Amino acid sequence: MATTATHEALVGGKLARQPAGRAGFLGTVRSEFTKIRSVRSTYWTLLALVLACVGIGALFSWGQTQRLTHLDSGRNFRGAHVPPGVAAAVAAEIHRSAASISLFGLLIGQLIIIVLGALTITSEYSTGMIRTSLTAMPRRGTVYAAKGVVFGAVALVTGLVTSFLAFFVGQAILSSQHVSTTLGQPEVLRTVIGGGLFLAACGLLSYGIGAVLRHTAGAIATGIGLMFVLWILSQFLPGPPSGWFGQADIDKWIPFNAGSAIWEHQANGLNPFSPWIGFAVFSAYAAVAVIGGLVVFLRRDA
Amino acid sequence: MIEARGLTKRYGDTLAVDNLSFTVAPGRITGFLGPNGAGKTTTMRLILGLDRPTSGTVTVDGKPFGQLAWPMREVGALLDAKAVHGGRSAYNHLLCVAQTNNLPNRRIGEVLELVGLSEVARKRSKGFSLGMGQRLGIAAALLGDPKILMFDEPVNGLDPEGILWIRNLMKALASEGRTVFVSSHLMSEMENTADHLIVIGRGKLISDCTTSEFIAANSQQSVRVRTPQREELVALASAAGATVRDDAGGALVLLGLTAAQVGDLAFENGIRLHELAAAHASLEQAFMELTASSVEFHAGLPAGAGRESAHAGEVA
Repeated sequence: MATTATHEALVGGKLARQPAGRAGFLGTVRSEFTKIRSVRSTYWTLLALVLACVGIGALFSWGQTQRLTHLDSGRNFRGAHVPPGVAAAVAAEIHRSAASISLFGLLIGQLIIIVLGALTITSEYSTGMIRTSLTAMPRRGTVYAAKGVVFGAVALVTGLVTSFLAFFVGQAILSSQHVSTTLGQPEVLRTVIGGGLFLAACGLLSYGIGAVLRHTAGAIATGIGLMFVLWILSQFLPGPPSGWFGQADIDKWIPFNAGSAIWEHQANGLNPFSPWIGFAVFSAYAAVAVIGGLVVFLRRDA
Repeated sequence: MIEARGLTKRYGDTLAVDNLSFTVAPGRITGFLGPNGAGKTTTMRLILGLDRPTSGTVTVDGKPFGQLAWPMREVGALLDAKAVHGGRSAYNHLLCVAQTNNLPNRRIGEVLELVGLSEVARKRSKGFSLGMGQRLGIAAALLGDPKILMFDEPVNGLDPEGILWIRNLMKALASEGRTVFVSSHLMSEMENTADHLIVIGRGKLISDCTTSEFIAANSQQSVRVRTPQREELVALASAAGATVRDDAGGALVLLGLTAAQVGDLAFENGIRLHELAAAHASLEQAFMELTASSVEFHAGLPAGAGRESAHAGEVA
C-alpha cells in the first residue's frame, strides 16, 4: 500500500491553479455520459429494449401473416367459413397498418425505457453517488439538465434504432403475404421515427418521476402505472352514458393513447388526436414530470 | 478557510445544528469532535450545500460552496465510503467525477497510485472492502488537488493499518499547507492528529481551541498502579492528596499525582509496585464528561457505558 508514497506524490500540487472560467454544463455532460456508459445495467436494459420491441413486433407481424393464411384458405381461426372478399379486405387493412403492426413491441418497450429513465436518477440516491456528484458539481440545475440531456440522447438514439429495426424485421415478415409497406409510403417514415420519439419521451417522463420520488421501485411503478395501467383501464372502462361527451374524449388524453398517436397508423382511426398533436400532449406530460423533478432536485436536501 | 455563522438546521422537530459559528483556518488539521448524533455530518453537508441551512450561513473562501468556480479544486470531501455506484469501476468512478471540473485524465492515475488502488482500478467497486471504499472516496476528494479537505469519520471501521494510513495522509496534506477538517467521535483519535479542536454536542458549540489548550484545560493526571500492598499505598496516596479508585484487575487509578510522584512515594515507603503507568484515558473521560449532557440518546444507558465506549475508542 502507498503509505510512504504520500508525501512525494502530493507535494507541489500537480494542477495549475484555478484556470479561467468555471465548472459548467459541458464537463457535466461528459461526466454524465461516462456514468451512463460505465455501468452494465445500461447495456442490459438497452439490449432488453431492442430485443423486446423487435421480437414482439416480429411475433405480432407473423401472427398477421398467419391470420391471412387462414383467411386465404377460406376459414377463420375457429375454422368457420368466411365469405370471399373478407381476406382481401383484411389484407388491405393490414397493409395500411403495416408500420404500426411491426412497432407493436413498443407497448412493452416503453416499460423498459421507463426502468432505465428512473434508474438514471434513482440509482444516484440508492447508491449514495448523489453526494459525490453534488460535491463535485454543486450547481444542481446543471447536473439535472446534463443528466437529462445525456439520458434523453441515449434514449432517442436507442429508440430510433429500435424502431427502425423493428420496422424492417416486421416488414420482412409481412412481405411473405405481400402486405408489407416501405418507408417511402405516406406517413410511414413519420410512424417509424415517431416510435423512437415516443420511447425517448417515455424515458424522460420516467426520469422526471424518478427525480421527484428518488426511489427506484416507486418511480418505476408510477411510470408503469401512468403508461400501462391507465391504458389498460381505458380499454375496460365503460364509456359514459351517451350525451355530452363520448369515451373517446377521455381516452385520447390517456398518456399511452396520446403518445402512441405518432406511431399508430392513422388509417385505423384509433386515435382521435392527430399524430403530432397527440405527441405534443404526451410531451407536455413528460415536461410536467421533468420540471417537477427539477423543482424537487433544486430544493430538497440531497 | 471555512466560516460558519449562526448555522442552524432543523429536521422536523429535531434541531440537528443549533446556531453554530466557527472558523476552520488554513494550513492545519482541525478536528471536529462530538458524540454520535451531535450534528457533525449535518454540518459538513451544510458546508457542501447538500443540505440547505434553516438559518445562518456557511462559506468556503468567502463564498457559498455552490458558487465556487471549480469546486473540486477548492474542496475535496469524503462523507462516507459508500457514496459510489458499486457497478462502476474505480477508474470510471473517478473519471466521471473528474470530468465535471474539467480535470485532466492523468490525474486519475495519480490519485489511484496515491491511495494504493492502481491494481484494482478496473474492478467494480461493489467488491471493495470498507478500507478500499474509503481509499476510493479519498482518491475522489484529492482529484482536484484541493486547498481544503473534509473527512467525516474517516477511520470508522478501518483496521489499524488503515487508521495509520489516514492519519499520515492527513498530516501530509496539512503539512502542504492545506486545510484539513476531520470529524470524529473519538477524542483519542483527534489527540494524535488534530492541531485544533471544534467540539460540538447536540448541534451546539461546546469548545473551540487548540488541542493542547483542550488537553491542558480538561485532562487530569491519572496513574495506574498495581501493588500487593494496596491498603498502604491507598492510605499514603490519599494523604498526599490523590483521589483513588479501583480499576479492572485489582489495579488502582490515582488522580492528582504524577507517575513519578507515585513511584517516589512507593519507593520511600518500601511499597512494591508491579505496575506503574501514566494514563491518558482521562482525556477521553474529559471529553465524555464535557459532552455527556449533550449526548443525544443517553437515556437508558447502563451505568459505566461511557467508560466502555471510551475503551472501545482506544481499541479502535
